[in-house]
Amino acid sequence: MQYTILVYETPAELTARADPKRKDAYWGAYRAYTTALREAGVMVGGAGLEPPRTATTVRQHDGKRRVQDGPFAETKEQLGGYYVIDVPSLDKALEWAARCPSASTGAAEVRPHMPPPPPPA
Amino acid sequence: MSDAAAAAELAARGSYGRLLAYLAARWRDLARAEDALGDALLAALETWPRTGVPANPEAWLLTAARRRLVDGARHASVTAAAEADLTLMLDERGDRAPHPALPDERLALLFVCAHPAIDETARTPLMLQTVLGLDAVRIASAFLVAPATMSQRLVRVKAKIRDAGIRFEVPEPRDLAARLDSVLEAIYAAFGSGWEDVAGADPRRRGLAEEAIWLGRLVVRLLPDAPEARGLLALMLHCEARRPARRDAAGAYVPLTEQDVTRWSLPLIAEAETLLSAAARANAPGRFQLEAAIQSAHAQRALNGKTDWEAIALLYAGLLRCAPTIGARVAYAAALAEARGADAGLAALDTIPADAVAAYQPYWALGGHLLKVLGRNAQAREAYDRAIGLSEDAAVREFLLARSAGA
Repeated sequence: MQYTILVYETPAELTARADPKRKDAYWGAYRAYTTALREAGVMVGGAGLEPPRTATTVRQHDGKRRVQDGPFAETKEQLGGYYVIDVPSLDKALEWAARCPSASTGAAEVRPHMPPPPPPA
Repeated sequence: MSDAAAAAELAARGSYGRLLAYLAARWRDLARAEDALGDALLAALETWPRTGVPANPEAWLLTAARRRLVDGARHASVTAAAEADLTLMLDERGDRAPHPALPDERLALLFVCAHPAIDETARTPLMLQTVLGLDAVRIASAFLVAPATMSQRLVRVKAKIRDAGIRFEVPEPRDLAARLDSVLEAIYAAFGSGWEDVAGADPRRRGLAEEAIWLGRLVVRLLPDAPEARGLLALMLHCEARRPARRDAAGAYVPLTEQDVTRWSLPLIAEAETLLSAAARANAPGRFQLEAAIQSAHAQRALNGKTDWEAIALLYAGLLRCAPTIGARVAYAAALAEARGADAGLAALDTIPADAVAAYQPYWALGGHLLKVLGRNAQAREAYDRAIGLSEDAAVREFLLARSAGA
């Protein structure tokens, strides 16, 4: 069963990525976490995302297109990246989410993947 | 909080398990007994502020809960009107009805919770919910399970107890020791609640340690002749005694060997030691007495400044014979390394199968440490990396990052 762990980080954590004093600890923790997922054989994929200020959001409602600088939602904790893992159960997925560095500072949200869409009738 | 609300809460905390055990033993239906007791507590919160707190709140709650159960047995569902009548009736006579002393059925309830027919992962949550009245959300958080999943599991397991007719009774003497082991293991699982490494756990996140100690004391009181029950309580108290020393003033993680012993709780250590010697007099050693003896050996450092690692390694070797868990194997390797050198520790670590430790943090943390001592720095960093990636605790992660950087 595949799950995605959404890595929600606080603004302070996101700035740690480039802070000379904190970046080693920040990247060390994520590198180690990624290695642990891979070595345990549960990692399917994932990516780190550039910070929310780099986001561009597109809406096309009622024939009107709106392109906006910035993320879809302004929230305290921002999506900093995601991991796709393959584990037998939600319990196991939560075990891995608890080890995600953002769980100690922001949050780690776990979502099961949907089954493939039904074939056309 | 009003007096009535405070009294209701106090009665709930102090007597929830007693009342539920009594009701469940008679009605043989845990879920319905819980519902009835829950209703009685709600009724108390509504009624007591108007009528005053009854002289015997427990008796009041029991009468109210019994009425719910009788009523529920008569009708498929209690109508709102009947409920109002019931509350009125309880108002009038609930607290004045004479009540015999309530027999304590909690021991039977503990044995039901840890019955062999019940899935091992459900035993501790069931115990926490029924004996202590903890809510499912709190239990779910402690065990790192989704709250909805935890609630479903608890509902299912209670239905199984009812449908399978699991009896509310203390096992026969010939089965008692084996059945008690399951009870004690379930209590110890609450103590660790989700932490693989109890000793390293963040002292701010106490989990359910307090609740586990409470249950441990309860079992010792209800079964005073069981040495393993005393052993378990001694073990938990020894670990609890060191809780304040696990972080320094800045919040950084401090491993056991570097802890400031003046921050260990001497009264808790003394209580643990008394329990352990009382247990030893029965001359029936077991897993929990051995684990408590290991912690007792560590506690000696508070008294004479020394740790007898050879003795600790020997105790772990004994523990491995009766409870060969991965945790005990890693701890044995750590003790061997201290007693006979990093080589000996690493050799013991190498005998543990790789697939058993793919996600076991303490194995990698110890491996990193021993490899570093042996000057195998590249391998040490790799092992530390695995440990960092498997850590749940930010302070432990930082500690390991610093160690790894020094390798």
